[in-house]
Amino acid sequence: MEKAPAIELKNISKSFGNKYANKNVNLTVNRGEILSILGENGSGKTTLMNMIAGIYFPDEGQIFVDGKEVVIRSPKDAFQYKIGMIHQHFKLVDVFSATENIVLGLKEKGKFNLKTAAGRVKEISDKYGFDIDPLKKIHEMSVSEKQTVEIIKVLYRGADILILDEPTAVLTPQETQKLFAVLRKMRDDNKAIIIITHKLHEVLSLSDKVAVLRKGEYIGTVETAKTNESELTEMMVGKKISLNIDRSEPKDCEERLVIKDLSCIDREGVKILDDVSFTAYSGEILGIAGIAGSGQRELLESIAGLQKVDKGEIEYNDPKTGKKENLRDKTPMQIRELGVRLSFVPEDRLGMGLVGNMDIIDNMMLRSYRKGKSMFLERKAPKDLAEKIINDLEVVTPNAKTPVRRLSGGNIQKVLVGREIAAAPTVLMAAYPVRGLDIGASYTIYNLLNKQKEKGVAVIFVGEDLDVLIELCDRILVIGSGSVTGVVDARTVTKEEIGLLMTKNKNAHEGGTQN
Amino acid sequence: MKKANFHIVKREPMAWYYNLLVRVISIIASLVVCAVVIMLLTKKNPIEIYASMFKGAFGTNLRIWNFLQNTAILLCVALAITPAFKMKFWNIGAEGQVLIGGLATVCVMMFLGDSLPYPVLILVMIAASVAASIIWAVIPAFFKAMWNTNETLFTLMMNYVAMQLVAFFLKYFVKSGSGTLAPMPDFGLPVIFNQPYLLNIIIVAVLTAVVYIYLKKTKHGYEISVVGESENTAKYIGINVRKVIIRTLVVSGALCGIAGLLLVGGTNHTINTSTVGGRGFTAIMVSWLAKFNPVIMIFTSALIVFFEKGAGQVSTDFRLPDAISDIVTGIILFFIIGCEFFLQYKILISRNRKENDGC
Amino acid sequence: MLTFLISAIRLGMAFLFGSTGETITEKSGHLNLGIPGVMCVGASCGCFMEYIYLSHAKTNANAFLAILLPVLATLLGGALMGLIFSFLTVTLRANQNVTGLALTTFGVGLSDYMIAETGAIYSKGSRYFTLSLPFADNLGWFGKLFFSHGILIYLAIVIALVTSYVLSKTRVGLNLRAVGENPATADAAGINVSRYRYASTCIGCAIAGLGGLSFVMDYLNGNWEYCIDAIGWLAIALVIFTVWKPNVAIFGSIVFGALYIASSYITGVSFAGKEIFKMLPYVVTIVVLIFTSIRNKKENQPPQSLGLAYFREER
Repeated sequence: MEKAPAIELKNISKSFGNKYANKNVNLTVNRGEILSILGENGSGKTTLMNMIAGIYFPDEGQIFVDGKEVVIRSPKDAFQYKIGMIHQHFKLVDVFSATENIVLGLKEKGKFNLKTAAGRVKEISDKYGFDIDPLKKIHEMSVSEKQTVEIIKVLYRGADILILDEPTAVLTPQETQKLFAVLRKMRDDNKAIIIITHKLHEVLSLSDKVAVLRKGEYIGTVETAKTNESELTEMMVGKKISLNIDRSEPKDCEERLVIKDLSCIDREGVKILDDVSFTAYSGEILGIAGIAGSGQRELLESIAGLQKVDKGEIEYNDPKTGKKENLRDKTPMQIRELGVRLSFVPEDRLGMGLVGNMDIIDNMMLRSYRKGKSMFLERKAPKDLAEKIINDLEVVTPNAKTPVRRLSGGNIQKVLVGREIAAAPTVLMAAYPVRGLDIGASYTIYNLLNKQKEKGVAVIFVGEDLDVLIELCDRILVIGSGSVTGVVDARTVTKEEIGLLMTKNKNAHEGGTQN
Repeated sequence: MKKANFHIVKREPMAWYYNLLVRVISIIASLVVCAVVIMLLTKKNPIEIYASMFKGAFGTNLRIWNFLQNTAILLCVALAITPAFKMKFWNIGAEGQVLIGGLATVCVMMFLGDSLPYPVLILVMIAASVAASIIWAVIPAFFKAMWNTNETLFTLMMNYVAMQLVAFFLKYFVKSGSGTLAPMPDFGLPVIFNQPYLLNIIIVAVLTAVVYIYLKKTKHGYEISVVGESENTAKYIGINVRKVIIRTLVVSGALCGIAGLLLVGGTNHTINTSTVGGRGFTAIMVSWLAKFNPVIMIFTSALIVFFEKGAGQVSTDFRLPDAISDIVTGIILFFIIGCEFFLQYKILISRNRKENDGC
Repeated sequence: MLTFLISAIRLGMAFLFGSTGETITEKSGHLNLGIPGVMCVGASCGCFMEYIYLSHAKTNANAFLAILLPVLATLLGGALMGLIFSFLTVTLRANQNVTGLALTTFGVGLSDYMIAETGAIYSKGSRYFTLSLPFADNLGWFGKLFFSHGILIYLAIVIALVTSYVLSKTRVGLNLRAVGENPATADAAGINVSRYRYASTCIGCAIAGLGGLSFVMDYLNGNWEYCIDAIGWLAIALVIFTVWKPNVAIFGSIVFGALYIASSYITGVSFAGKEIFKMLPYVVTIVVLIFTSIRNKKENQPPQSLGLAYFREER
């Protein structure tokens, strides 16, 4: 069957500074077809799509829509060619309602009327089976609702070429299935759909064709029906690598951290953590799974002394003295003074874990600068530590005096994890430590975590990729809207089971091996 | 559709000589524009104008001293606000903080001048001016630390409150018709080597070194940088952000107090509502243009004072209103602010990847 | 009491122009600390134009032109200041705070210069600006309070109401607010962020300029005073005081006006004590700042990206 090409890219190149983000990329998408763009983090998928959507402008190359060469200078131009992109980081105005966001930037004829616009939003959402309140404010919405608003936004503009950037990253398996059903409906409606992803099983279950990028270069396009996981992996990373993580049996398990009935209430009076109880043992990796924003961040931050706790206890058992310490309502400073060696790799690396504009040495100092009585700084030890981490973890950087902001995502994470491990922790908490990292860097991080586990550290790992959680962790704690919906054995559980727990309502709670 | 033929990309950090070159070009460009403006107003040739500017700043011995003195005071105010700005605390209230320090100095001179022995008087003066300025700086800092109250407007309003306090003071205690307070040089800071401004200059030179070391080499300075770069990181590593904000504004206020002391006790020996003369605002430019580096601030403050003095001379020589010096300063600032762009970005022309640099 | 209120309104409208202008600007994400300078330039451009017109027209000056020409000059002067600010902050991506302060230095200097060239008395021109509505006198105190004002007073209220309507009820307003809240989103939605920022800053500055003109020509009856910059700073404070709502600012500005002049209407206070009373508007602003920051409500917050430059390809 011959389908008409909707969009074609020829020899597209784009660089940032001296680095190529895309080099001579060629791509074709037909109408009534779903194309996956597959590639590791940092392979230039998003950059490429941003050029079609008018966010970036290519340095070289041509773009054709329906066979005609076009110049897309701005998102507005993209709309003219009926191209709509749903970004990974939602582009929504928080204080606006769904409808206000949807009509934003449109130049329709006639009087501006939000009511009729809301009516049309309802129409579209009924057509494809979305469920949305057009007048709800964005800051009151869940992640999946926000994504729905994004999709309706491009449909409202009459887009028939849709680009979705990592749409499933923030969804539960069930929500993902629902999204895929909608996308198939659109394909049958003769729309061209491009979905960016790095998850192989999604590619195989959804798309008709797969285009693979590696380090900015275009590797090739294959038909999904004629390929398999290992071939795609090879195209993606350039060599065959095993996707297994070595997992040792936990040994010498002692109760290290006992959380009892922990509750937190945010400024608006909403419970973000609701009677959370669990135990983290030394020598094991405890995974935490849940939909983004279910209270993972608050949980780790309460333990680290960064979040006000309204109820409950955080008990730490000191392995040296055997003493029990309650960490609740203690500042990070006080926790450290108690001799608790707690390391924390936060989700927001450059906004919290590191200071982007400071060099590697000064970032090492963040943890240690207080040492000694002198009021002056001592830069010798941090410098040695920086050199050591650069050597041991193979951090790619011109030198230790480079601001960390200028390193790549993987190297930034190596610097952060390296520093946190250097403190010889007894508890190591890591929130989404491999987000945005390529496969090589991700495995470096997994290995580091595993080594810590073997040393007897209690590791707490918050992840979003359920496949990784199942392969890396010993036990997985699932939280849904701020409360624990289950603790499962990672060696026996399936993804679907975790998915169900993620969305489960606490009141209808049953099953799951509670600890 | 109209097709723009260039676009802008961020550039890699440039070598120091390139940075310097761009800045020098921008200053030259601004000088040319200023000369053109003055030419249009006076119909004189530009050489005369530049000569007049130079004469205004360095023409006589007295003017050189005057230039150094003004540079020192401006630099002192800039040093004072720098720790706060490094912490991203937009303190535009240095004007008021310096003024209130000056007011405290004048009060000591007026009421205790006769009764205290001279050395004690000086000590009391220092303590009073520093304390007054600290209070003025810490009030907004306290509210910023506790409730994140907008410090820009708070400190700004505090300027006017300080000005009204001075106005009140003058009306209340000065009974003479003119409403101005006669200078009290007898109770001022000591004069060394017969040069009335030398002590001020030495004090500011020492302060420059101290602030440089404070910011770059001490734990306090490090904490200021961390809080300024990212409050979240600061909390994450256990810095007490509130404490750092307040402590830094104590330092900032203390330095403002010294500036007030030097202005009143070491220079004017009296006070009025415009004693500080906008230095609180100009100092922000000095500090920002120097990227908060105290050593570079020596040059930026000298530059700005040079233009002010120079333009002032131009206005007397060519019978222009005094306001011309503000206009000139404004234009020069626009150029220096604008040239930052060329240090951080480059313009790509179409697909030929041509570079277009310069100011 | 009546004269007090009328004065408060006349002065308040100068604040209102300034704060409406600054609100429009801030809604686009620009924190323009150059407003004091802009108001000075606006005032001096208007006065300058009036001076030229009246010295040309001599005795047969037309009241309509005597008002229109200065207003146009003011709008133009204000807009040009806005253009300088936008060029530096949007095109050259300079720091907004620093640019604003430089603009104030420049603007104060420029206006002082122009005034020095023309002399500081414009009472002849001011007559046209303070013409009251013909039927005002027939309505007693009511007429005095509401209908005795010059044209700029009504213009200020009309502009504030129109601005308020445009911001909350129209497509342009929606787009503008989006630019100030989240420019990346607005950009992705096909809104030209730079154009909106340029336009809102220039329009805002033009309106703020009228505040300077209104202050000199109406409130001061044409006698120039060198304190327009203080009015400008208070106008910026008024924006926060009225939580970015020009319709609320109509009342807020009158309150500010009343506070500002309270010292001259209070009897039984010494000459020196009046200086203390002049602190009132500043102290009240401080108290309001503290109060709103402690309450900290979501809908009363400034536009989210206020003060931040936007560069699409930032990485």
